[in-house]
Amino acid sequence: MNLHEYQAKDIFRQFGINTPAGEVVTTPAAAKEAARKFSGPVMVKAQVHVGGRGKAGGVKFCKTPDEAQEKASKILGMQIKGLTVQKVLIAPAADIATEAYVGIIVDRARKKPVFMVSAAGGIDIEEVAATTPEKIKYHAVDVRYGLMPFEALELGFFLYKDAKLARGAAKVMQQLYAAFMANGCSLAEINPFVVTPTGEIIALDGKMVIDDNELDRKPDLEALRDVESENPAEVDARENNLTFIKLDGNVGCIVNGAGLAMATMDLVKYYGGEPANFLDIGGSSNPEKVVNALRIITADTNVKAILFNIFGGITRTDDVANGIVTALKQNPLKVPLVIRLTGTNEEIALKILADHGLKASSDMDEAVQQAVKLAGGAQ
Amino acid sequence: MSVFINKQTKLVVQGITGRDGSFHAKQMMEYGTQVVAGVTPGKGGQKFEGTVPVFDTVADAVQATGANTSVIYVPPPYAADAIMEAAASGVSLVVCITEGVSVLDMTKVYPFVKERGVRLLGPNCPGLISPGESKVGIIPGRICTPGPVGVVSRSGTLTYEVVYQLTRAGIGQTTCVGIGGDPINGTNFIDCLEAFEKDPATKAIAMMGEIGGTDEQEAAEYVQQHMKKPVVGFIAGQTAPPGRRMGHAGAIISGSAGTAAEKIEAFEKCGIGVAKRPMDFVELIRARLK
Repeated sequence: MNLHEYQAKDIFRQFGINTPAGEVVTTPAAAKEAARKFSGPVMVKAQVHVGGRGKAGGVKFCKTPDEAQEKASKILGMQIKGLTVQKVLIAPAADIATEAYVGIIVDRARKKPVFMVSAAGGIDIEEVAATTPEKIKYHAVDVRYGLMPFEALELGFFLYKDAKLARGAAKVMQQLYAAFMANGCSLAEINPFVVTPTGEIIALDGKMVIDDNELDRKPDLEALRDVESENPAEVDARENNLTFIKLDGNVGCIVNGAGLAMATMDLVKYYGGEPANFLDIGGSSNPEKVVNALRIITADTNVKAILFNIFGGITRTDDVANGIVTALKQNPLKVPLVIRLTGTNEEIALKILADHGLKASSDMDEAVQQAVKLAGGAQ
Repeated sequence: MSVFINKQTKLVVQGITGRDGSFHAKQMMEYGTQVVAGVTPGKGGQKFEGTVPVFDTVADAVQATGANTSVIYVPPPYAADAIMEAAASGVSLVVCITEGVSVLDMTKVYPFVKERGVRLLGPNCPGLISPGESKVGIIPGRICTPGPVGVVSRSGTLTYEVVYQLTRAGIGQTTCVGIGGDPINGTNFIDCLEAFEKDPATKAIAMMGEIGGTDEQEAAEYVQQHMKKPVVGFIAGQTAPPGRRMGHAGAIISGSAGTAAEKIEAFEKCGIGVAKRPMDFVELIRARLK
């Protein structure tokens, strides 16, 4: 789960990191009011879960409260990479002497949290890694010891020659590491990591991504979820224990298992179609899940055909068949349906479907080709 | 022959009295796996299905029964501890089926397990099966048949799909291993490829990867440098959008890294046969068994 900048900064403050005060607003009038409180130039910053906000025009410097109001009215409601800006953060503008980058990710290959620090801050770190990798220092942390003071200081001296700044940076890195571990992060970054002309270190922008597997045991973090910033169908799906990701195609896919779901989408593409979604009904055999899955997919008006691909292992195919029959009784489909199912209790499933005038294929390849054809053929 | 498990595997089931644990313990017993013990703290002294002794701790179970392998069906908040308990008890293989284990927990579990010389499979995996010998986990036994192909995959049902098609085409398997869909797992592709290369019964390998991380790319280099046996590979997620977690916690394209295209390119470069569709495995494997 991604946190907004203002939420990440709230957490930074709890861990002692120097972060400029800010106020989150949803209207231009409130933006003006907030800017007035900070008495001086402010930044108006779109709060959306995408990178490249600045390039898209979602971050603006404003000299006066009136200007803050005007810029906020342009940014609020703006679309950035398909997401609508609902909130802006108003924060006092900072004087900047240098900008660095400090981030921590869970590195899959090293199987440890890894610090990435670079004196080339303020820009996309992936770009730095690709073009000038020598400007980045990596440090893998052994979580059983944590980030030790000498390690933090090594990172600090990589950024600054000045001992006072290096010590200051080392302290922030310890604080960031503590915030990262305590909140079950998969990523935490300060970019830019700013030194002001007077030698003060501030976290001018912050980003945190929480491991979804932590949310059940960290309800305070789950409460930070910004449902309004997400696709409503995806929220609906999550609340019904389905994994759903909306895409732009016209073949709706309902599959059990993430790998098979991806392979099904790929096969739709292979035969010239475009998948409308990723949807994994998971391993359990609850007919209600199938009913919800069909409801969510049919709400997408782009969908011209629906494809079930079920390989029954733990999932009982008769439960899926019952779910399909129940869903169709509640809401008759307006688009063609192709069912592929095989595995556990296949004979019972086929009989349930046949009793309701439905057919099923046992072959994945054949079913996908048929669904693509019924959705209007290869695109 | 087989890798990691065989007829001598003596299994302890952690969470044997739970919903999933009891269901799959019965399935494994029916398949012929030697299920010698179960563990549920507080239920020590009971018998599962009237035959399998239940213990309070894995250490008790191992001491009393000589179990050498553990399989874990406990809920996510307790799974990391369950893995470490198993690793500390003296078993040599721990298979964690549980999905939803915290990734930061795994950064502690991984070195704990490695230092004890224990192999961990998973978490968030379907386990493994050596057809006709033993099954540990949840892979349906009836879709497999003994034969010469080693199967290794990050997925569950996609593996079943491919194995089922191989079986229907008369191509059997030595062992099918699901390494799991999490970002940090105990056993990777290279570990399995190495084991299959050493196993005299395995003549060819089918490998199913997916988007996210670099495990497949590293495996491809390993195949090129260290393997004589033919490998056929498939990557799921060619149509996955970047930055989205596709069901599995590890199936995510980060920035521009971990795409299906880069993995397929690595396969091609390193002499791995590329299955464009799951069904292509049958012909590609058949050609390599001749």
